[in-house]
Amino acid sequence: MATETLVAPTGRGQRPRPGSRRLRALTRSTPLVPAVVLLGVFLLGPILWALYGSMTNTGLTGYRAAKPEFVGLDNYTALLSDGDFWKSAWLTVVFVFLSAVVGQNVLGMALAVMLRIAPKPLASVVSTLVVVAWVMPEIVAAFALYAFFSTDGTLNAFLGWFGLGKTTWLITFPLLSVILANIWRGTAFSMMVYRAALSEVPAEVDEAAQIDGAAGWQRFSRITLPMIRRSISTNLMLTTLQTLAVFTLIWVMTGGGPGTQSSTLPVLAYQEAFKFSQVGYGTAIATVTILVGAVFSVIYIKVLKPEVD
Amino acid sequence: MRVRTGLALGTVGALVVTLAACSSDDGGSKGAQDTGTRTITVAYQKTSAFHQLDDLLQKVKPEFEKANPGVTVKLEPIEAEEDQYYTKLALMNGSKSTAPDVIYEDTFQVMSDAAAGYLLPIDDYVKKWSDWDQFQDAAKQAGLGVDGKTYGVSMGTDTRGIYFNKQIFAKAGLPTDWQPKSWEDILAAARTVKAKVPGVIPLNIYAGKAGGEQTTMQGFEMLDYGTGDGKGLHDGDKWLTGSQGFVDSLNFYKTVYGEKLGPSLDVALDASVGSKVSTELFPKGKLAMGIDGSWQPGGWIAGDNKWPGWEKTMGYAAMPTQDGGGAGTTSMSGGWLLSVGAHTQHPQTAFDFVSTALNKDNSLTYDTTNSQIAVRKDVAADPEYLSYNPSFKFFSGLVATTHFRPATPDYSQISSNIQVAVESVATGQASPEDAAKKYDEELEKIVGKDAVSAAG
Repeated sequence: MATETLVAPTGRGQRPRPGSRRLRALTRSTPLVPAVVLLGVFLLGPILWALYGSMTNTGLTGYRAAKPEFVGLDNYTALLSDGDFWKSAWLTVVFVFLSAVVGQNVLGMALAVMLRIAPKPLASVVSTLVVVAWVMPEIVAAFALYAFFSTDGTLNAFLGWFGLGKTTWLITFPLLSVILANIWRGTAFSMMVYRAALSEVPAEVDEAAQIDGAAGWQRFSRITLPMIRRSISTNLMLTTLQTLAVFTLIWVMTGGGPGTQSSTLPVLAYQEAFKFSQVGYGTAIATVTILVGAVFSVIYIKVLKPEVD
Repeated sequence: MRVRTGLALGTVGALVVTLAACSSDDGGSKGAQDTGTRTITVAYQKTSAFHQLDDLLQKVKPEFEKANPGVTVKLEPIEAEEDQYYTKLALMNGSKSTAPDVIYEDTFQVMSDAAAGYLLPIDDYVKKWSDWDQFQDAAKQAGLGVDGKTYGVSMGTDTRGIYFNKQIFAKAGLPTDWQPKSWEDILAAARTVKAKVPGVIPLNIYAGKAGGEQTTMQGFEMLDYGTGDGKGLHDGDKWLTGSQGFVDSLNFYKTVYGEKLGPSLDVALDASVGSKVSTELFPKGKLAMGIDGSWQPGGWIAGDNKWPGWEKTMGYAAMPTQDGGGAGTTSMSGGWLLSVGAHTQHPQTAFDFVSTALNKDNSLTYDTTNSQIAVRKDVAADPEYLSYNPSFKFFSGLVATTHFRPATPDYSQISSNIQVAVESVATGQASPEDAAKKYDEELEKIVGKDAVSAAG
């Protein structure tokens, strides 16, 4: 603060010399330094360390745990020629797309819209129920869903009332089960973001469109959606990245199985690192996951252009 | 935009941090201190079905603390199934500040963990321990690292065979003194049970990746070491590829799980299937046959899952070789050790704890309650040991045709790949031939081209 008042008198009207402008830029960014240092240490540091780790053959046990060697890009070449990796990458894309992009976002939006027009008591009951899933710690939610989908679980008991036989959901439809689970767990987040966004849309704009004869759906797609575009973009990005990193839910429910039927990239990274003791290789998979996340974010930013209005 | 990309990297980056944090830090313990006030931590496994070690250590702790003033023993049970136990242990050993002083160590992990620098060679200590002569040579062997040094004291060994429920067998019209002569006999009995006693799982053979070593050892290796010349996975200093026995063993799984002679996959692939078999499926008469370890009755004789009358219900049979050839029967033996952690500050105290926990009385307690085959000569000859459990005689007899797992530091990684092969066949995701081929490829990646040879 003190430094800023010292610089301030350079004053208006007076054309600042380039040197002093640079000085001003420098002093003005001084308060950012702690934040930048923290980011550097706790964010960039681990990422760089992971990059280095992914270029070694570090093991969890055995000689390679005591003396890891630098192997360059070997882990990445091995990764690209590994069928399991491509399968996992595909499963991850399907999981993220169906559970986050489609499931959580569309359902969250639908709930937000309906809650606006629903009678108040109903709206608060429904939103409380939805938010409960979000409030639960991930491990608790995961066990609850395991209990729901398991062979002797709630879902089968419920279907039993209608005379439907037992289905081994977690074995026969592992990916579908974890997708539904993730939708159940994450929808509340999208719903809350969208409720906040919708309440910011001025009623007059909507009414004006109504007077012009726009039907309900037209008003929603032509007026409301473009106006909350930025919230949509942010929400899509957040849910995508959260879903990309989902591990506990899948690990508890299916363990990535049967076989590798629900091994998304985080599960595969864990297995390679901690089951097959190849920590270096597992780190390489995790690093690739960062890239996948970055690609998703760039797409959202380009397509939805949140910065431009 | 920059901020957003940063956010994106940050969220996913959190995932990487967990992995990156696992790199090891080197350096052994400096400045051993074995007098004064000191604490030693003991890391070991505990599950609902496996509480005998916990019982033993709870008993030893006050004894040891009383005999060694100034010492506090901190018991750190890791409540996890086998596979997660190893992972957790390896992570604890990764840092000096969390590394335990005394470790409950599986014999197949000892070479690997010794090579990783997690374990302390204890040759100097055992030399001075008068009881060391009581241990059989095979048990001393089991604690050796690649460098020939001793890294652990054996708690007991085990064998594996087939348990069967005599009441279910009687209902199915099968003999209650059943002894199969080939794999085909086992399958035939399973098919009979399936046809005549509905609602009962005919045969359990472990098949899940999540089950870890039990899938490799109680499952796959019980088959594979009974094929062909009985060499199994490893011959001399080479690992075998392209083995017909490997494919045949996987074919056995294909038959069991394909014809639904085994448990349903949601049970078979669960990490807790081992506990479920011993505490639920067998005692409640839901399982007719199971290939399992000699320690099973330990949990039925005493403890939370006590099963009175188990000895009248359960019968045992030796595992036959594939077609009854060779020795006719086969088994696998392993066992666990108590080891001293390499990072310990109090090596003598830690070793003293080990030697107290495995002195004659305590070994006797553990070997009886956990149905271990005794490796101390004085325990093996003790009348109390011999009369404790009616299954001892049978399972000790299997030692004659038993096999040991390949003793190499790579074994644990190779074992994980066997579990992948078995699960992919049991779930029908791969044919036995493809799964075996994939195993060969992974094997070569792990040990290198020079360490494999084609099976004859």
